[in-house]
Amino acid sequence: MSRIAPSRFLLAVWAAIVFVWIVAPIVVVTIVSFTSAGSFVFPPPGWSLQWYENFFQNAKWYNAFLNSLQTATIVMVLATVLGTIAALGLHRSKSRRLVAGIQSIILLPTVVPAVVAGIGMYSMFLQWRISGTVLGFVLAHVVLVLPFVVISVTSSLQSLDRSLEQAAASCGAPPVTTFMLVTLRIILPGVATGALLAFLGSFNETLVSIFLASPLQTTLPVQMYSSVARDSDPTIAAASALASGVTVALFLAVIAVRITRSKKNAV
Amino acid sequence: MTLTADVDGRHSSDARPNGEGESSSRPKHRRRLPSDWLWLALPALAMITVLFAWPTFEALRRGFTDFQAPQVGGFDNFTWFLGESVNVTILVRTLVTGVAITIGCLLIAYPYAYLITVAKPMWRTVLLGVVLVQFCSSPVALTFAWVILLQDNGPVDQLGRSLGLEQLQLSGSVPGATIAMIQAMLPFMVLPLYATMSRIDMSLVRAAHTLGARPAVAFLKVYFPLSIPGVLAGSLLVFVISLGFYVTPDLLGSPNQVLLSQFLYTQISTLLSWGRGGAIAAVMIVATAVLLLAGRRFVGPAITSLGTDSRES
Repeated sequence: MSRIAPSRFLLAVWAAIVFVWIVAPIVVVTIVSFTSAGSFVFPPPGWSLQWYENFFQNAKWYNAFLNSLQTATIVMVLATVLGTIAALGLHRSKSRRLVAGIQSIILLPTVVPAVVAGIGMYSMFLQWRISGTVLGFVLAHVVLVLPFVVISVTSSLQSLDRSLEQAAASCGAPPVTTFMLVTLRIILPGVATGALLAFLGSFNETLVSIFLASPLQTTLPVQMYSSVARDSDPTIAAASALASGVTVALFLAVIAVRITRSKKNAV
Repeated sequence: MTLTADVDGRHSSDARPNGEGESSSRPKHRRRLPSDWLWLALPALAMITVLFAWPTFEALRRGFTDFQAPQVGGFDNFTWFLGESVNVTILVRTLVTGVAITIGCLLIAYPYAYLITVAKPMWRTVLLGVVLVQFCSSPVALTFAWVILLQDNGPVDQLGRSLGLEQLQLSGSVPGATIAMIQAMLPFMVLPLYATMSRIDMSLVRAAHTLGARPAVAFLKVYFPLSIPGVLAGSLLVFVISLGFYVTPDLLGSPNQVLLSQFLYTQISTLLSWGRGGAIAAVMIVATAVLLLAGRRFVGPAITSLGTDSRES
C-alpha cells in the first residue's frame, strides 16, 4: 500500500477541492445574508441583520416560510406512513414479478423529468380545483417524495431478521403489535431517514410548486425563485441561508439520533 | 380494498375478545404471520398512479389532441417541434449540455467517491455527509449562490482576472449554468458510484500488486472495470435528470440560449399551447425511457443508492 502513497496524497487534495466546491455555495449565501449593503457584493462591505428582519417582517416571505413548514410537516407524516407500509408490503410479497411492476411505478417520480410531471400536475390540479391550495402542494409533494421513503425503508428491511417477528407472532402478538414492538423498532433508522428525505424533499421542492403556486398561496422555494428572477434585494440571501440552515440542522439531528442509538446498541 | 378488509377482519375478530388483557388469556392457536402483504403497497401505488402517472400521461396526450393554428391534427405538433430548425437547435443544445454535465460530474465524482471508500470511518461520514446534505438542499439556494459567485466582479470573475483571464462573462451564459448544474447534479453521480465502489473487493487489487502490476495498471485492469456499473448508473441518472432540470438554467442561463425544459415551460405557461408542450414533453419522455430501458440493469441500483444511507455508520 505504501507504493500508492503519492496518488493517495493527490486524491486527498482533489477531495478537499471538491469538498470546498460543494460547501462553498451554502457558505457564500450565509455570508451574504449578513451584508449591510443592498446588493449581492461579495465579500460584504459591512454586517447587519436587516435582511433577516425583513424576512420575518415582510408578510410575503414569512407566510411563504410558514406555508412551507406546514406543508412539509404534513407531507412528512403522510409519506412516511404510506411509504413504510408500502415498503413492508413489497418486501414481504412472494410474487416477485408483481412486486417488480409495482416498484417501478412507485419509483417513477425519481426518473420522469420534473418539468413534464409539473405541467401534467398543473393541468390536472387546475381541473380538480386544488391548484394553489395547501392540499394541492401536499398531494404533489407526497407523490414526489414517496419513492425515497420506500427506498430507505426497504434498505433497512433487508437487514431485518424475520425470526424475531415470527417469535413475536408465535407468542400470540397480533400483527399490528408485532409490527409496532418488533419490526418498527428495528427498521426505525430507515424510517427516520425516509422521514428526513420526505420533509426536506417537500420543504425544498421548487419546480412543481412553481406550477401550482398562486399569488395568494405560495411556498418558500417559489418565493425565492421569483425573487432571484426579479429583485436584487438580499432578503433572498437570508431566505436561502435559512432554508439551508433548516436542511443542515435536520440532518445533524438525524445523525445525532443514529449515533446515540448505535452506541446504546453497542453497549 | 376487499382484500384489506379481509385481512383486517381476520385479525381483529380474534384479537378483540382478548382485548386489553392480552397477556392473561393465551390465544387458542398460535398466530402465524400473514403470508402476502402486497396489499400494503396499494395506497402508495394508487397515489402515484392517480396523482403522478395519470397527470404525466395527460400532458403527453395533449400533444396528440390539442392544436393551435397552423397545426390541425395528427402528428402536427411533432412535425412542428422536430421540423423547425430553431427547435432542433434547442434540442441539440440540451443534449450537448446534458453530456457536458455528465462528463463533468463523472470526472469530479469518480476520484471523490473512490476516496470515500478508502477513507477512515469519520472522514467517510463527513465526505458522504456533505453530498447527502447537498442532495437535500434547496436548488434555488444553490443556484442563487452561483448567481453571487459568477456575477460580474464577483469572486470567480476576480479570480479569473488575477489569473490573467479577461472578463469571463459566466453569469447569464450556458457555460455558467453548466458549472452550477454540474454541482447540483453531483450527488446523483457520487451516490451510485460510491454504492458500487464500496462493494469492490480490494483484495483483488492487492493481488494484482502482489503479482507485480504497477499501481496504474492494477487500477486500470482490475479496479476500473469493476466500477463500470457505477459509472454507467451515475451517468444515466445525471443525464436523464439534467434533461428535465429547469430552475438552474432558467435563473443562471441565457434567455437567448434556452434549454428544452425552459422552452417547454414557456410553451405552457406563457403561450398556453398545451399541444406543442405535450409534443416537447413526449420527446423528453421518449428519450428518457429509451435511455433508462437500455441501461435498466444499472438504473435500479442507482435509484436505490439515492435513498440509502451509508450502512457503515
